[in-house]
Amino acid sequence: MIRPALAILRKDLRLELRTRESVPAMALFSLTVFVLFHFGLHRDSVDGAMASGVLWVTLLLATVLGVNRLFASEREGRALDGILLAPIDRTAVYLAKAAGLFLYLVLLELVAVPAFAILLLGPGLGGAFPELIAILLLADLGLAGVGALVSGLAAEARARDVVVPLLLLPLLVPVLIAAARATEPFLMSHAGPHQLAKWLGFLGVYDTVFLLLAVAVFDYLLED
Amino acid sequence: MRTSSPLYGKGLRTLSIATALTLTAAGVLIFFYAPLDADQGVIQKIFYVHVPLAIVALCGFVAGGLMAIQHLRTGDRSWDMRSYVAIHLSIVFGVGVLITGSIWAKRSWGHWWVWDEPVLVSFLIVFLLYCCYQPLRFAISDHERQARYASVFAIAAGAFVPINFVAVRMAVQQVHPRVLSRTSNLPGDMRLTFLVALAGAVLLFLTLWKLAQAAARAARGGTAVRRGAGGSARSGGGELSMALVLASTSGKYVAAAYLVFLALMLVYVVIIASKIARIERELHALAEPPEKQP
Repeated sequence: MIRPALAILRKDLRLELRTRESVPAMALFSLTVFVLFHFGLHRDSVDGAMASGVLWVTLLLATVLGVNRLFASEREGRALDGILLAPIDRTAVYLAKAAGLFLYLVLLELVAVPAFAILLLGPGLGGAFPELIAILLLADLGLAGVGALVSGLAAEARARDVVVPLLLLPLLVPVLIAAARATEPFLMSHAGPHQLAKWLGFLGVYDTVFLLLAVAVFDYLLED
Repeated sequence: MRTSSPLYGKGLRTLSIATALTLTAAGVLIFFYAPLDADQGVIQKIFYVHVPLAIVALCGFVAGGLMAIQHLRTGDRSWDMRSYVAIHLSIVFGVGVLITGSIWAKRSWGHWWVWDEPVLVSFLIVFLLYCCYQPLRFAISDHERQARYASVFAIAAGAFVPINFVAVRMAVQQVHPRVLSRTSNLPGDMRLTFLVALAGAVLLFLTLWKLAQAAARAARGGTAVRRGAGGSARSGGGELSMALVLASTSGKYVAAAYLVFLALMLVYVVIIASKIARIERELHALAEPPEKQP
């Protein structure tokens, strides 16, 4: 199951390297949302709860873009039929798509988080470092797992681009809660008391439940 | 058409009568037996509608997920229909939960919506998620595929319900530590009323659930007859077409059941509102300084 998944992942990454459709769009989109927040909130800099809220809402919205594009190449050339004809486990498709989305999100954050620190964040990112990476990675795992599942769910729907955000965003509310609350103390000028273990634990449970669940049910989505 | 199978399913009549009796009993208990709450007064009576509806709606969502698992495991389309009807009904109940909750919040806390009540907030998120169930389902044209995709959604969403409750509760407790269990420390007469109201809500859900399925079965029978009359030899005569549930003649009964249910809720709200208005008037009169009175 691992080898076909790696093959699909490699194909997706190569496509992304050549067309540059997803990651640059997600990064640009998140910069635009930061600008929107600047004007919408009428603030030059944010900190604490406001900062982590702005950061995480932006990342979630950028995830929607990535999820919308996740099966795009398969759809456009009817290439999914080819993958389904191949004698491989359907779960491999899910794992490849989730891993791809995870990598996209990491790349996105490499751009979006420093940009956020420059554009909007008041206190500076220096104090947040090892912890913020742990939060980002665990949250990305959840975003990628649920995102790939929703992308598969919406793949056959007619109004796909409407269905994806409507399905995805409520499902991601627990990630938003945990990630934003966990990040909040590290974005203040004086790092306050934090409950990092509690929120990381919750993110871990969320990731495990939805990854296992998606692996269990994804077979039924692409069965034809 | 299979005339041998009962059109309205087994025991639907008994179930309907039991539902009507229990709901009437609940209404009588709520207004004539349960004592007035010392803090909240008459508005506390909305609890007997709001909480049972919420419990039934949430259980309906989770049950829809379990039925969807059964559908995917067995490939039996009737499980998909059960899951669909359960989720559909839970959404309707959910509207009732949000409206009654909002009224209660306005009365108790002075706002139509409060964000520090974890149960209310989680319910809103769950409700928003399930609102996408039907758009997703009917955005897929192929019936067989529609059933599979809807089942996958129902399973994921069913698992999401408890996780979401934990997350929201964790987030809220951090800011507002408070006693969250409202039902465990009820006095006896209130608990009895609550349990009867809960039983009524469960029975109502089951009745509507069976009724909607009967309607779908009848619709399927009707389609088969029409197809037969048209001389069409399509093999899909036995397929379940959900879209027909509300479009068929039997669907009228389901729609009527919903309307009656909503009308009951409206009557309830009007009664509560008029009681509040009267009590407020009386309070006003009591609060007036005595020297103004002749």
